[in-house]
Amino acid sequence: MTPEIAVLLAQDGITTGAIYVLVALGIVLIFLSTRVIFVPFGDVVGYAALTLAALQLKRIPGTVWLVLTLAAIATVVEVYGLTRRHQARRIPQALLYYAALPVAPAATAYLAAGYDLPMWAGIPITFAVVLPISPLLYRIAFRPLADASVLVLLIVAVAAHFALSGMALVFFGPEGFRTAPLTRAFFSVGPMTVSGQSILVVASAAVFGLLLFLFFERTLNGKALRATAVNRVGARLVGIELSNTAATAFLLASALAAISGILIGPITTLYYDSGFLIGLKAFVGAIIGGLVSYPATIVGAILVGLGESYASFWNSALKEVIVFGSLIPILLWQSFATRGGVVEDVEEEEGESRT
Amino acid sequence: MTTLLSVEDLHVSYGKMEAVSGVSLDMQAGQIVTVIGPNGAGKTTLLSALMGLLPCKGRSRYESDDLTALSTEERVRRGICLVPERRELFSDMTVADNLILGAYTRWRERRAVQADLDEVFRRFPKLAERRRQLAGTLSGGEQQMLALGRALMAKPRLLLLDEPSLGLAPLIVREIFRIVVGLRELGVSILLVEQNARAALETADFGYVLETGCVVHSGPAAGLAHDPRVIASYLGGKVEPSS
Repeated sequence: MTPEIAVLLAQDGITTGAIYVLVALGIVLIFLSTRVIFVPFGDVVGYAALTLAALQLKRIPGTVWLVLTLAAIATVVEVYGLTRRHQARRIPQALLYYAALPVAPAATAYLAAGYDLPMWAGIPITFAVVLPISPLLYRIAFRPLADASVLVLLIVAVAAHFALSGMALVFFGPEGFRTAPLTRAFFSVGPMTVSGQSILVVASAAVFGLLLFLFFERTLNGKALRATAVNRVGARLVGIELSNTAATAFLLASALAAISGILIGPITTLYYDSGFLIGLKAFVGAIIGGLVSYPATIVGAILVGLGESYASFWNSALKEVIVFGSLIPILLWQSFATRGGVVEDVEEEEGESRT
Repeated sequence: MTTLLSVEDLHVSYGKMEAVSGVSLDMQAGQIVTVIGPNGAGKTTLLSALMGLLPCKGRSRYESDDLTALSTEERVRRGICLVPERRELFSDMTVADNLILGAYTRWRERRAVQADLDEVFRRFPKLAERRRQLAGTLSGGEQQMLALGRALMAKPRLLLLDEPSLGLAPLIVREIFRIVVGLRELGVSILLVEQNARAALETADFGYVLETGCVVHSGPAAGLAHDPRVIASYLGGKVEPSS
């Protein structure tokens, strides 16, 4: 490998790594506030990319039907629940959140499809269409199970993944899509050329990472989300409604997924099931951070991107094997490093159930 | 005086085991009421049920509300706050953040919350010194003060205190009880669960003795402190073995 190739691979790795950062942050965000390992997260990323691709091809993105279906189910579930609990006066609010807000962007996308949309219109529409997917899934599949074990939540998440990727096949078909590049600019920095696309991706990851940090550090809702992650009983005792923080977490994560999908669309050809693989690789990054630490997650996700980039140079047939194989030493190391912490958790759970 | 809290025939079970069986108690506004009893008598369970953390059977009213219909979060909003035995602090967050989150339900009153934060720091100068420190790094006494301070940030009208003296040095225990009495002067009613029966009865207006989930004695605290049966079981020269 010549130094030029090494630099090129590094640039490539950091670009994909930056996307994994956004996805991994979403996974950690959801896990910490709800204990759900949100397997379908990658699918949401895929939906975002495929939605933008469909809009660029002047087709109606299948995401519209997905959102309408989810919104209909969620509205029925919510309204039924409210009626049963005799809280009819909260129905208008439920209709706004579960019907009006998700349907409006889907309707916009439906009407806009067929026109030659400029980039500045296509991206916000894609973002707004994809945004409600995770919160609606939360309302339908996870909120009724809020007190279930992590394992049950994981099983439901896997089921949700199969449902989403199956529907993606129906909506988008088996062929691959690639969206138009966000920018065609190239810059030369010393001996190497850097694509504007790469800079845009890395800058977006940095900006949204920073925004997330500010949200957690500076706002009451962000602090409530962190508090829920640290101590769920304590959070309830100060009046934090866990279902609200969970919905916020899913909404924020959905935003991260939409952005990641829009950014990765022009970089690689995506199929209906490509999102899952992106999610899985980001998950490896999140595991490096132990699913608890945001800074370590960022480092982990970039390492995965770099590892993938170099692995594909050495042996592209084995690149997935190398990336996922690297999980084994990481998990081994973590099981030794966090042994003390795990014991503590078990004690805590026992303490909660005593008289 | 008006009745603030009235509980009638409360039952709480863990599976088949009943931890609280048929407890009734009343609290007047502005009172300190204590529930004493040995380990495993169901004191903590009683408080958790009153906070809505555990499902229970029976009637309980708080002011004009039927308590059983309210979620934990709604109880906090109506001014009921629990300082649990395990404190349940946000250990990875700073002292200041813990306190600010205590006022989570009052997010609309930003100014008042800031004033209350200053007030808590005045009351607990140790917390002011350590406001940027992570809650998990505080000593036991400081954590108890932070738990109390966090509850006060919600402007409670009914404070449920679970073993505030547990595991603390005698000097700090005295400090905590001094603070509890001070809170009553601010108009906060307090339901105090304690194993330290002597200190609890000295502080409280009214007392209940709980044994294996049932109230076995009740009466004005001063009277209970002189009741020979209570003296024999809880105030005797020997220290109760804690299992």
